[in-house]
Amino acid sequence: MKWGLVLILSFFWVGAALAQDEPALETEIVDTRTEAISKTLRCVVCQNQSIYDSNAPLAEDMRRLVRKRVEAGDSDDQVRDYLRDRYGDYVLMTPPFQLNTVFLWIGPLILFGLGALWYVLRLHRTPQNAAPELSDADRARVAAALNGEDA
Amino acid sequence: MNWSRLVPVAVFMVLTVFLAIGLTRDPSVIPTEMIDREMPAFELPELRDKTVNVTESDFVGEITLVNVFGSWCVACLEEHPTLMQLSEDGTVRIAGVNWRDDRDDALNWLVKHGDPYETIVFDELSDLVIEIGVTGAPETFVLDPTGRIRYKQIGPITPDVWKNTIRPVIDAIEQETAAGAAGS
Repeated sequence: MKWGLVLILSFFWVGAALAQDEPALETEIVDTRTEAISKTLRCVVCQNQSIYDSNAPLAEDMRRLVRKRVEAGDSDDQVRDYLRDRYGDYVLMTPPFQLNTVFLWIGPLILFGLGALWYVLRLHRTPQNAAPELSDADRARVAAALNGEDA
Repeated sequence: MNWSRLVPVAVFMVLTVFLAIGLTRDPSVIPTEMIDREMPAFELPELRDKTVNVTESDFVGEITLVNVFGSWCVACLEEHPTLMQLSEDGTVRIAGVNWRDDRDDALNWLVKHGDPYETIVFDELSDLVIEIGVTGAPETFVLDPTGRIRYKQIGPITPDVWKNTIRPVIDAIEQETAAGAAGS
């Protein structure tokens, strides 16, 4: 009987604790996501800063917009697409892999490949100063010299 | 002559050409995504009369220049005489988007320099500005009578820009509209 009461009361207590913590937890999630998304969006007035890093008024307003979209239940990609729809690929800190960025993405790989190819070809073309072959006459001379004979 | 020795020189020259082209481009000019799109829906207070709300429907019906400006914007002063002239001549309807401004500062600025605007959206927190992909002031959108964005001018409308860039866009829209009216 006593334990039953404790059990019942503990339910109330847990319920109350959850009710209290939930809004705080939710704000924290929104904060974290807003921060994460903001770091992937470029400030359109300050070149190489994300809107998370920038103090520009427009970046501040964009951060608020990101938070609003997150609170409205958008996924991370939906928030990014929202701004990309209005500002183009430029707002993305990481350029998307598409036709006009192919060279940007695979260019370094191609350059590395060309370099490696050049190196390998060079390696094959010039033999490493291999010692000239000895003819039988040479061997005979060497043998004679070793024996102390004068050739 | 070993031609392969010229390869590094050739690579260097190609790189130089690329970099030289890069230097001539202005990185602050971001191509707009908004061309041929409808003006997005919005509802914001009027600058001069805060009891009135401005919406996208206020820009429909005739060709409209939507000019983003602020009293803090130095380059805006450069285009202001052109806008005043257009307004005095009644050449085209001009609407303003007063961006991230203080209401009193904006009103004083208009008293001091003149007010060419039929309606002015008071966009204190970039709500409309982000919707239409604005990156700086001044920027001016040319809207056709159906409220579709046809052109965006980044930077001030100098007399040259007006004559060589904006005017032709407006002429083209007018011709289109006339042809559409004759056809229907």
